[in-house]
Amino acid sequence: MDTGAQHTADISHLVAQFKTVPGGLLPLLHAIQAELGYVPDSVVPSIASGLNLSRAEVHGVISFYHDFKTHPVGRHTVQICRSEACQSMGSRQLEAHAKALLGVDYHETTDDGAITLEPVYCLGNCACSPSVRINNDIHARVDAERFDDLMADLSAPAGEPK
Amino acid sequence: MSIYIPQDTTALALGAEAVARALQAAGVEPVRNGSRGLFWLEPLLEVDTENGRIGFGPVTNKDIPGILDALETDASSHHLYLGQVEKIEYLASQQRLTYARAGLGDPVCLDNYQALNGFVGLSNALQMDGQQIVDQVKDSGLRGRGGAAFPAGIKWQTVLDCDSEQKYIVCNADEGDSGTFADRLVMEADPYQLIEGMIIAGLAVGANQGYIYLRSEYPVAHKLLNIAIERAVEANFLGDNIQGSGKTFHLEVRLGAGAYICGEETSLLDSLEGKRGMVRAKPPLPAIEGLFGKPTVVNNVLTLAAISTILEQGAEAYQNFGMGRSRGTLAIQLAGNIKRGGLIELAFGVTLREVVEDYGQGTHSGRPIRAIQVGGPLGAFLPESQWDTPMDYEAFAAIKAMIGHGGIVVFDDSADMAAQARFAMEFCVVESCGKCTPCRIGSVRGVEVIDRIVANENRDDNLILLHELCDTMELGSLCAMGGMTPFPVRSALTHFQEDFFVQDAAGSLLEEATGVSPGGK
Repeated sequence: MDTGAQHTADISHLVAQFKTVPGGLLPLLHAIQAELGYVPDSVVPSIASGLNLSRAEVHGVISFYHDFKTHPVGRHTVQICRSEACQSMGSRQLEAHAKALLGVDYHETTDDGAITLEPVYCLGNCACSPSVRINNDIHARVDAERFDDLMADLSAPAGEPK
Repeated sequence: MSIYIPQDTTALALGAEAVARALQAAGVEPVRNGSRGLFWLEPLLEVDTENGRIGFGPVTNKDIPGILDALETDASSHHLYLGQVEKIEYLASQQRLTYARAGLGDPVCLDNYQALNGFVGLSNALQMDGQQIVDQVKDSGLRGRGGAAFPAGIKWQTVLDCDSEQKYIVCNADEGDSGTFADRLVMEADPYQLIEGMIIAGLAVGANQGYIYLRSEYPVAHKLLNIAIERAVEANFLGDNIQGSGKTFHLEVRLGAGAYICGEETSLLDSLEGKRGMVRAKPPLPAIEGLFGKPTVVNNVLTLAAISTILEQGAEAYQNFGMGRSRGTLAIQLAGNIKRGGLIELAFGVTLREVVEDYGQGTHSGRPIRAIQVGGPLGAFLPESQWDTPMDYEAFAAIKAMIGHGGIVVFDDSADMAAQARFAMEFCVVESCGKCTPCRIGSVRGVEVIDRIVANENRDDNLILLHELCDTMELGSLCAMGGMTPFPVRSALTHFQEDFFVQDAAGSLLEEATGVSPGGK
């Protein structure tokens, strides 16, 4: 779907690292995503030939898991927990607020390329809901005001206009 | 004088890192312990004093100068002073086996683990043969803590009895149920206990390779587990010739990629093999043909952690906790709209009301409790009339509910139960692996039918349709995802029917509609 992603990155060192690991495709995809930020369509053939799989199999795995992105994402990924415990503490209102504030829906990136908004189904922080994950940091008891502060913190250091 | 500030996810999410920095700025290097699971008090700062280990909480970085001053004079004068942490009623009244060490010290410090009876179970197991270890597990009455409650010893016996050069131990750490964090707390507060349990499992059934399948939503657990494994290898608790015994066990953490279904054991195995996480038809059981087609023990984090306790203290000591066929302790996770949420480890048999009212102290919002969902997104919503049910696998099954992994999510009276029923179906749409039709298509239709009911569109017919759809999903799905999604839906319909008819004020219609009870046509 995303035709802009003509990534020509060389991932052969990663393929070499994981091709002999039993069940190595998921660790490989995580490693590619960690290095490139996403898994571009253009690397699928080299994954397939390296791991002796069909391209369809590789594509099937990438598309199955919510974590793997096939197009570039924002500099920061913001996940809002949609699970029941967070809902009981107002995450439905929080997600509406977040979408309005950022001007994006789930799975979309703000125009300045700063933030990609994603849903997540439980961060395991359910006694102090609602929870939000920003990159690798989890934040508890996030109401609208706290969310605004967190977003302001994200844009401040890079000097991103909002 | 040691000062402790936790490094677990919840404490960090509530500002523990800023507290640690404030301590460092004041010239104090804190011990980064795990959490005790008293999450309503996090960040909980603890201090070793001549009057025992005292606590302050919940603290922020701004409280640090005041607390350090109070420690110089009179600690109890500080408004966040909690007294001796182990005398806090919430903790003192628990029966902690799995979480006995949680929060006491640096979770990845091996010396600390061994000083607190760590690896005693392993050293006992190294004196036994496989069958003797399996017999201990059988005698303990331990049942799988992931949700299905299958007797662990029987599963292990099956793997032990398989004749195969290669066997595997797989730890299911894909704790995806909303309202659960017990696995996470073990991995973040006492990871060696899990590692020890897995080594013992390997010795028992003759497996030399283990995998921890960890969900990617747990970055802190991921980091701590990897550190713990590295140190356990260095200290020769993992690897070849463990402690000179001639036994081998290798362990690796594998990260999931955001798929709830991979908590289902066969789907997890496919995912570990590097495939789409599709549910497998059973038989063959994973115990016979599991990972890469080899005999495999798949157990939850809590099950494997309990193994360390059982081998340390003996099967009988463990078996003495609990009621009926539910032996040992249950890790209750109190979550959602609750004043005092946290981890409560108790013998089976405590009632839901005792947990929510005595420990939880009611809702966080201060409003009345309306519904309680136990056992994750596939668990039923329980109305007040069912809150006196004891927490025991069989007692919950008898009311068409399940304990599952022990998560309790509390909703106050502002909850819209029709919206929650719709969400249950919606969640199944998002997370179904897609292999079987009742789950893949049924959940999509379920969302649509609930929307029509709430919009008062052919309501009576659509209610019948929804129940028939639930029947199809329950009876025809390959696994619990599709098979149990109807539980929350039906319980919402049965106990909170008024929420489905909000757009209609006519009482007669409401009565007519309620005539369609679950399964009754």
